[in-house]
Amino acid sequence: MNSVRGEFRKPAPAPAPAPAPAPADADRRLALAWRALAAVEDPEIPALGIVDLGLIRFVTLESDGTLEVGLSPTYVGCPATEVIRRSVEDALRNAGVGAFVVTQVLSPAWTSDWITADGRRKLESYGIVPPERPAASMRDILRTARPVGCPRCHSTDTECISEFGSTPCKALHRCRACLEPFEYFKCI
Amino acid sequence: MSAIPPTVRGQQLNADAQALFRYVLRLGDLSLVLGQRLGEWVGHSPALEEDLGLANVALDLIGQARLLLTYAGEIEGRGRGEDEIAFLREHGEYLNAILVEQPNGDFGQTIVRQVLIDAFQLELYQRMTASTDERLAAIAAKSVKEVLYHLRYSSGWLVRLGDGTEESRARVQSALDTLWPYTVELFAEDELDRAMADRGVAPRLSDVQAAWLGRIDEILAEATLQRPKDRPNSWHGKRGQHSEHLGYILAEMQHLQRTYPGARW
Repeated sequence: MNSVRGEFRKPAPAPAPAPAPAPADADRRLALAWRALAAVEDPEIPALGIVDLGLIRFVTLESDGTLEVGLSPTYVGCPATEVIRRSVEDALRNAGVGAFVVTQVLSPAWTSDWITADGRRKLESYGIVPPERPAASMRDILRTARPVGCPRCHSTDTECISEFGSTPCKALHRCRACLEPFEYFKCI
Repeated sequence: MSAIPPTVRGQQLNADAQALFRYVLRLGDLSLVLGQRLGEWVGHSPALEEDLGLANVALDLIGQARLLLTYAGEIEGRGRGEDEIAFLREHGEYLNAILVEQPNGDFGQTIVRQVLIDAFQLELYQRMTASTDERLAAIAAKSVKEVLYHLRYSSGWLVRLGDGTEESRARVQSALDTLWPYTVELFAEDELDRAMADRGVAPRLSDVQAAWLGRIDEILAEATLQRPKDRPNSWHGKRGQHSEHLGYILAEMQHLQRTYPGARW
């Protein structure tokens, strides 16, 4: 895998080498791509789109007519990363955006601050507490355990029962007031 | 993991590329071997939460290893991909410090080893975000955020066990006494470490060590544990001379690729 460009560069079937596309065509392809990407869901949290998560870093048109999509992983070892890349490629292909490459972007590293307002709302309605924002400083992540509010009864009398939940991005908490367990999307 | 491209014979790497290749292997193998070790806990942890915790840390480490070993393969330029480098090298070609290949022992010993390495990776990667090598800087910037959570987890447990019962305290102190001598190798600067620091690719190990020691002392104080005395030791895992443990790790890790060459998921 490549930090900036590399393994993820997978040219789709090359179209006939066209002259520089007309601006209207360029706009159409970019719009098509964004619409296709907005429909790609996170495999672990289906309520959430990858655009909501802030994983799409850019969609640009190269001078040779190739559409380039910059995609960031949330956690480097997250098994969903591969599934997401394949879903993105499928979505772009099905949308008929023409030749494209998907490039992995590591730097600057993805942060939970990039989850959109829409994304945070969707997380909450799914029962997952959205990450603290702005993301806590290094020192705070290491030392403090901030109270996380219960998504059901909104009590702050909660406890962390596991630093790692069903996915690397979430921790497991429990509400001492209503006794329900819930997940917290960690800030990173 | 991705397809294994056929190995092609490239020309001799120049000395700079050869040095960078070996250095990146040191980083990647540290993550790979520790990730494999932690994976041994899956299904055996004291509680479900710890099964999840150790498995998640292992996954992050394997993720780091993939980025690093892929990069190593590109530097080498002989067409070797992450799988071939991870699974098809010989014992002496792995360049991890031997601390990470030490057995898991009990849960306390695993936690002690983890605190020592998490703090090391934190201080190393934090500085490496300023590396003159853009690719390493990007990998470090991504990894350092995850390592913070690893250290939060491992140091939290070390404090609970150290400042816990007589039994738990005795066990982690003994694990610390056992593992401490192996930390010497992490900071023993050799000509390769020196060359990388001179080129601005890697931080000076003496700087990393000073910051690491400060962090470790703080955690040990809170855990009411005694830092063991330093003893001169010369381990050479970073040069490919390993303890007997690595062979067993590799036997398990490489079994599938050796039995079914080129197997893919």
